[in-house]
Amino acid sequence: MLTPLLRLALLTMSLLVPTLAQAQTTDITARIAAMGEANLKELTQIVTDLASTGDPSVVPVLTALGDGNLYLDETSGRVVIQNGSTITDPLTGEAVDLGADTDLSRIRVNNGLRRDISAALGGMTLMSDNPRTRLSAAQGFLANPDPATLPLLDEAIAAETDANVLGVMQTARATTILSSEDASIEEKQAAVPQIVSGAGRSAITVLTSALASAPDEVKPTIQSAIAGLEQSRAVWAALQNVWFGVSLGSVLLLAAIGLAITFGVMGVINMAHGEMVMLGAYTTFLVQLVIRQSFPGLLDYSLLIALPVAFLVTGAIGVGIERGIIRWLYGRPLETLLATWGLSLILQQTVRSIFGPTNQMVIAPTWMSGSTDFFGLAITYNRFWIVIFALIVFFMLLLILNRTPLGLQMRAVTQNRRMASAMGIRTPFVDAMTFGLGSGIAGLAGVALTQIDNISPNLGQNYIIDSFMVVVFGGVGNLWGTFVGALTLGVANKFLEPYAGAVLGKILILVLIILFIQRHPRGLFALKGRAIEQ
Amino acid sequence: MSKAQDTMLYLDGVSVAFDGFKAINNLSIIVRPTEMLAIIGPNGAGKTTMMDIITGKTRPDAGEVMFDGRTDLTKLDEATIANLGIGRKFQKPTVFESHTIWDNLEMALKKPRGIFNALFYTASDDDIARITDILDTVRLLHRKDEFAANLSHGQKQWLEIGMLLAQDPKLLLVDEPVAGMTDSETEETAKLLREIAKTRSVVVVEHDMSFVRELGSRVVCLAEGAVLAEGTLDQVSANPVVIERYLGR
Amino acid sequence: MLTQALFRALDKKAIWVIGIFLAVAILVPMANLLIPPGQFGHVPTYLVSLLGKYLSYAILALALDLVWGYCGILSLGHSAFFALGGYAMGMYLMRQIGSRGVYGNPTLPDFMVFLNWKELPWYWLGFDNFWFAMAMVVVVPGLLAFIFGFFAFRSRVTGVYLSIITQAMTFALLLAFFRNDMGFGGNNGLTDFKDILGAPVQAQSTRVILFAATAIALALSVLVCSMIVNSKLGKVMVAVRDAESRTRFIGYRVEYVKLFAFTVSAIMAGIAGALYVPQVGIINPGEFEPGNSIEVVIWTAVGGRGTLIGPIIGAIVVNLGKSWFTSALPEFWLFALGALFIFVTLFLPKGIVGLWKQVFGAGRQTAEPTPPTPARSADIERGEDPSTFDNPQPRPAE
Repeated sequence: MLTPLLRLALLTMSLLVPTLAQAQTTDITARIAAMGEANLKELTQIVTDLASTGDPSVVPVLTALGDGNLYLDETSGRVVIQNGSTITDPLTGEAVDLGADTDLSRIRVNNGLRRDISAALGGMTLMSDNPRTRLSAAQGFLANPDPATLPLLDEAIAAETDANVLGVMQTARATTILSSEDASIEEKQAAVPQIVSGAGRSAITVLTSALASAPDEVKPTIQSAIAGLEQSRAVWAALQNVWFGVSLGSVLLLAAIGLAITFGVMGVINMAHGEMVMLGAYTTFLVQLVIRQSFPGLLDYSLLIALPVAFLVTGAIGVGIERGIIRWLYGRPLETLLATWGLSLILQQTVRSIFGPTNQMVIAPTWMSGSTDFFGLAITYNRFWIVIFALIVFFMLLLILNRTPLGLQMRAVTQNRRMASAMGIRTPFVDAMTFGLGSGIAGLAGVALTQIDNISPNLGQNYIIDSFMVVVFGGVGNLWGTFVGALTLGVANKFLEPYAGAVLGKILILVLIILFIQRHPRGLFALKGRAIEQ
Repeated sequence: MSKAQDTMLYLDGVSVAFDGFKAINNLSIIVRPTEMLAIIGPNGAGKTTMMDIITGKTRPDAGEVMFDGRTDLTKLDEATIANLGIGRKFQKPTVFESHTIWDNLEMALKKPRGIFNALFYTASDDDIARITDILDTVRLLHRKDEFAANLSHGQKQWLEIGMLLAQDPKLLLVDEPVAGMTDSETEETAKLLREIAKTRSVVVVEHDMSFVRELGSRVVCLAEGAVLAEGTLDQVSANPVVIERYLGR
Repeated sequence: MLTQALFRALDKKAIWVIGIFLAVAILVPMANLLIPPGQFGHVPTYLVSLLGKYLSYAILALALDLVWGYCGILSLGHSAFFALGGYAMGMYLMRQIGSRGVYGNPTLPDFMVFLNWKELPWYWLGFDNFWFAMAMVVVVPGLLAFIFGFFAFRSRVTGVYLSIITQAMTFALLLAFFRNDMGFGGNNGLTDFKDILGAPVQAQSTRVILFAATAIALALSVLVCSMIVNSKLGKVMVAVRDAESRTRFIGYRVEYVKLFAFTVSAIMAGIAGALYVPQVGIINPGEFEPGNSIEVVIWTAVGGRGTLIGPIIGAIVVNLGKSWFTSALPEFWLFALGALFIFVTLFLPKGIVGLWKQVFGAGRQTAEPTPPTPARSADIERGEDPSTFDNPQPRPAE
């Protein structure tokens, strides 16, 4: 149980005080030898004595005894530590060869003794030179408060220099005081705030268990402390929900933003948009496949490499669709909807025929796996990067729309197609580019989705209705509407989930959007003015 | 309220803005029963927006809009306003192109507009006589069974005027009725409108000055959403501000 | 009044269509019952049920045509009304199973026993009565359509926005019906039916009667639709389709016109669903799939929208194709369906009926209203000129 580091630390300490160590060694050796034949009561005494020497070299013995790794060799009468197949001397840690006819019997301990051992060890490690050792010891006291250890803790607190460790020690002390019967009411009152500030997520548990045995005078203090903690826990839970919502919202944003462009600029409903997302995901899969076979060194960067590839592939397909189908259907939005739906069926079935109906895997790069704890919020890296990615895509798109000639032309066409055409803007070219851009962004969304969803031919179908809801909710012709719409829906979804369950929450969202549309038929960020009233 | 008495249409201090742009700015206009009023003005003067406000398509931000001296139009929707007796002809002729000319008039004919009234409607002899009469007036009787889509631009204008007549409104709002018409058609239209104005109030928006002269009515010149000048055509066209802003030198 | 409306409804074309399906209602059962198996002209029982299924689809397509073809409302949620009607019928059929279920519970359907439910939820009460269930077949889809339409049309949600929210509606229902605690059998839906009105659903005679009932229901639907579209209301519906705000300015309440069409259409769809369920023997949440609703749209488009016979032809032709493909080339059905969507919208906007007229009816003036082709939606949507209407482009003469 003791880390090698700890052992090293103890060894260092023993080297620093060689004389003391030498003087005690014989005494310790004798006591350890006596452990072999001792009964429980004697064993308890020996443990206390060993601990009172304060010599770090007894730590392995005590640890082994607590863990049930200390044995008596009946043949030679030696006490040894057996760890797996290695047998070592309890004091020196050197390997021991007991010969062939060894007969090891475990030195038995009961729970009471085990508690004594850990208290003894805790006391010894509390005074250790290594802050990490002290920290883990203090945490041990925090987890198992025992009034008997109070003097020990007081002593350690007085000597402690590390603020971090000190905090834990004080919390442990406060916890111990609360559970102690001897402590005065004032002491107990004073202990409560220390627990609140120090015990973190377990503070509520600690206080709740202390509440039952606490004297009546202290109870209100504890109760209000618990109430306060629960409130802040609710705030954190809400924040965690916000994060989940933002994460979902950014996925929705990625999926919907391309749709918003084609719908906003061209008035075209692209039901095959989801399939563009799906194709982006399969492109990522293929890119990774190629990289794994030919350039395994680049595996960690395959997602980054897939981004431009997916953008170009789906963008080119988008331009093809626009030139091949959609341009013949301008002015007939409902027909466009049907034709692109037909296209989505064909694309799905094509992918199903090529790759099969089963899910494909894209391996996450190392920098996207794992998670971090951010002030108590669990944040997984893949979600984190998707949020960042969605923001990057969104702002890039804003830049394209607001700062490039193509963007200028797109906005011109959005506002007044006939006039734009009269001004010499090649509206068919703008349409093709717009559709290509929208599809390309769907492809980028597909790359991101490989990290959180199964890659299957139906991938796009899971997002298309949600994406439409975002666009309809946010309003057409304004990217910020899509942005706000996506995040609002994401967060609302995650907030409804705990109360209504995932499915019912989704139903509620749909119903709410349907009701919302009644009030704002053109969405949240609708363009206003007489020109739009038609 | 009392100010609106004995008026067919009463606009007082009406304003509406789109995204900060004041399309109508403190506009006040009165039309009396059986009066014809011609409205002229440059593009963007707010003529069409004014009609949108009267017919309930646009809600004003401020101001009073009263019909027939007692009905507040700002709270009502298009269909209710139309049924009160306000008919509108649009700048661009809009007739129901996949219906025959006869059906266009039959739909416009003043009758209860309820769903089941329409479902079980059968044309009475009176209705047939009335539609025939109107068709005769707008000179489309010989083409009554053709699709409205097949009409020329000018004929569509006339069909739309016919639909207005079929609605039997108290107030007609007529937006550029002679656009795309020949001179003789224009003359005929002016005659027809003068005839109509004997029994109803008519508001005509038009750019064609000779047509406005033929109407011989009171003239209001709008600019930037407000009344610039008012009076007979001669008075208005002599107004230096009107010459400056609209007619040009 | 009604007689006049009926008289108007029975114009030459409608009489033909109605006559054909009444004849089918008699001839197909005769061919099944009177001509012995193996002889020429015998229609096997499975085929009777298959044809019955097609005819119930035809009713659904006709219902959609009433709102889409005539009133310009593209509903992408019509299979929701179909499924609701189907569920109402399914609930009646479940109650008829009685104690013959696997668990032998006399009142509770098997899935409720399985979920440890102790008593019938209130909304299942009354469904043991056939006529109550039939009333619900009409009331539930009708009421949903009425409420949904009331809000949607009142706030002037039109065009693709309306299409998208109808799709959201059916999607929400799909999710809801998948839930076990909704009390509609969850994932598995309602199945293992035994009796309808005391007759075993699997029996040849029952199947034949169900088929005849479907054919008659189709004929009646054609009659009702013909009555509506030939009335002044029908003309107003077309006017709403072509120039919605213009219709408003001559005093019609567009929202009520649409609401009427939408509700009648939903009721027809519900009846179609109720006829469908006993013939296929199952109803499950899959019927709510948004994809199904869109498929109905393509039946209507293939046949020719804005006509009464078009959607019927479309529903039968496309589903014959589907049956053939799914048995012969199952891999290719979705390719074929997808290609059909694209082909019809690009090259056959008036469907089979329109093609027929073009080929055989050249030179003859047709009375069918055809949807006009407006200018680019972008122009309309943002109409530079506020008085420009839904239909600014003159339609070329036919």
